[in-house]
Amino acid sequence: MWETIIGLEVHAQLATKSKIFSGASTAYGALPNTQACAIDLGMPGVLPVLNKDVVLMAIKFGLGVGSQIAKRSIFARKNYFYPDLPKGYQISQYEFPIVIGGSLDIALEEGNMKRIGITRAHLEEDAGKSLHEDFKGMTGIDLNRAGTPLLEIVSEPDMRSAKEAVAYLKTLHALLRYLEICDGNMQEGSFRCDANVSVRKKGQEKFGTRAEIKNVNSFRFVERAINYEVERQIAVISAGGTIVQETRLYDAEKNETRSMRAKEEANDYRYFPDPDLLPLMVDEQTIESVRKTLPELPQEKHQRFITDYQLTAYDATVLVSSREMADYFEEVVTLSQASPKLVANWITVELASSLNKFNLSIMESPIKTDRLSDLLKRIHDNTVSGKIAKEIFGLLWEGTEAVDVLIEQKGLKQITDDAAIIALIDQVIHQFPEQLAEYRSGKDRLFAFFVGQVMKVCAGKANPARVNILLKERLGEK
Amino acid sequence: MSAKPTFSEEIVAKVAHLARLELKPADLPPYHEGLSRILAWIEQMAAIDTQGIEPMAHPFDLAQPLREDKVTEADPEGKQQRKFQALAPAIAAGLYLVPKVIE
Repeated sequence: MWETIIGLEVHAQLATKSKIFSGASTAYGALPNTQACAIDLGMPGVLPVLNKDVVLMAIKFGLGVGSQIAKRSIFARKNYFYPDLPKGYQISQYEFPIVIGGSLDIALEEGNMKRIGITRAHLEEDAGKSLHEDFKGMTGIDLNRAGTPLLEIVSEPDMRSAKEAVAYLKTLHALLRYLEICDGNMQEGSFRCDANVSVRKKGQEKFGTRAEIKNVNSFRFVERAINYEVERQIAVISAGGTIVQETRLYDAEKNETRSMRAKEEANDYRYFPDPDLLPLMVDEQTIESVRKTLPELPQEKHQRFITDYQLTAYDATVLVSSREMADYFEEVVTLSQASPKLVANWITVELASSLNKFNLSIMESPIKTDRLSDLLKRIHDNTVSGKIAKEIFGLLWEGTEAVDVLIEQKGLKQITDDAAIIALIDQVIHQFPEQLAEYRSGKDRLFAFFVGQVMKVCAGKANPARVNILLKERLGEK
Repeated sequence: MSAKPTFSEEIVAKVAHLARLELKPADLPPYHEGLSRILAWIEQMAAIDTQGIEPMAHPFDLAQPLREDKVTEADPEGKQQRKFQALAPAIAAGLYLVPKVIE
């Protein structure tokens, strides 16, 4: 009966060495105010000069989402007072952003794709940081972050659930990392999200009044914050109330959103073109030179993985979720010569769950591509069974021995020799004469029991396919 | 063009507040009058036909020059930082201190 409408604003920190308008470093974690120069502090008489790479990165993003790149864009002053904004205004782009329009396709849970519109993306500078603790009634200000380049990416209100919002964010996050224009580190604030959320009765055409949820810094919290906010708005309207347009802050500990400030006066930013900066002109030649640097994008890679490797859409989605994961997969396919499906399974199941468990990224995996390839080679050439391979995987994760050394040391080599398997079968048949008689009198389902017993006596090392064939023959003999 | 004020004293008060200027009620009328005259002067331009003319973003008809992405203001020993912090009324642990702000 209710429909949720979500639009997202993402602030992506651009991966430059220096700031957007000054030559101060953007490196994270420096001592307070050691990376804040006269320009960042808004000292009188200084002039901002635009960083070239910031422009190239914005263009790269625009090309990645099929936007129009503005030949002429304008920097404007957004005026407000806050101690971490020394100039009393933030340099941003307002009426004339550098990136106009575009779209991003997201994968929904049912496997369908949905196209989310991108309204615009504009360049701006970040503010400093306020530290409210420890200073006896004073607030401490660190301006290292002031002037860090941001690309604010604004979506259309095209998302209809918290899940869709998260899918959009993850897709956008992966894209920025593929393009190598943002490191995507959410703990360090390199990728921050504000969500505009409203609800309306199904069938109603007009959007409801929206609330803006500020700065939710993990995918999980975005989902929770939106779900909480939707429930809250429905409850308010159902009780006969109205939603006020306001900014709300998500409290992860209490799992609720709270009103931050009513957006009346605070929203009066009195934008005007910054007289310190000239119009930013981008020519066709620059756009074309950036286009040449575009890597294969996640969507293209996804399609190629399905076509070239015959993977399922699901496997392809997991593998292209980061460029590093996709590279890992392709390297193992090449090195191991195993079937891509087998490689995909091992990466998306065994490796992914171990990485998850220890909260590691694929780059931090203790099992590098060469060792996983060695293991898959041994599955492929029947040296070990899939089940034993999982045991070896565990050993590879913990140690540094080579796959072949482990197989040798632990005696994990698969038994493929028919005579040896028949000996195992005979041993089992001798052990269970009653079950044998029952089987021979027609109790077919005891077959599985015998397979289990054979695998047990050989500790899982016999080739399962051969065990099946030979056991059937042996049991059938009267 | 009329020189009559097109905005109220309340707007003067609001603009002053947004700019964090402390105006006493007695200051409002003279500011109102002064601003009105400035606006009336600017309004003379309304007589010009500007249809189809793209507004300039800057009086100079030039494009923004760009700089290379290089760190030119490295301050590893905090020499610059100490100079800047000497100007601040209160500092601690490398931070600038301001009256408490809580949202």
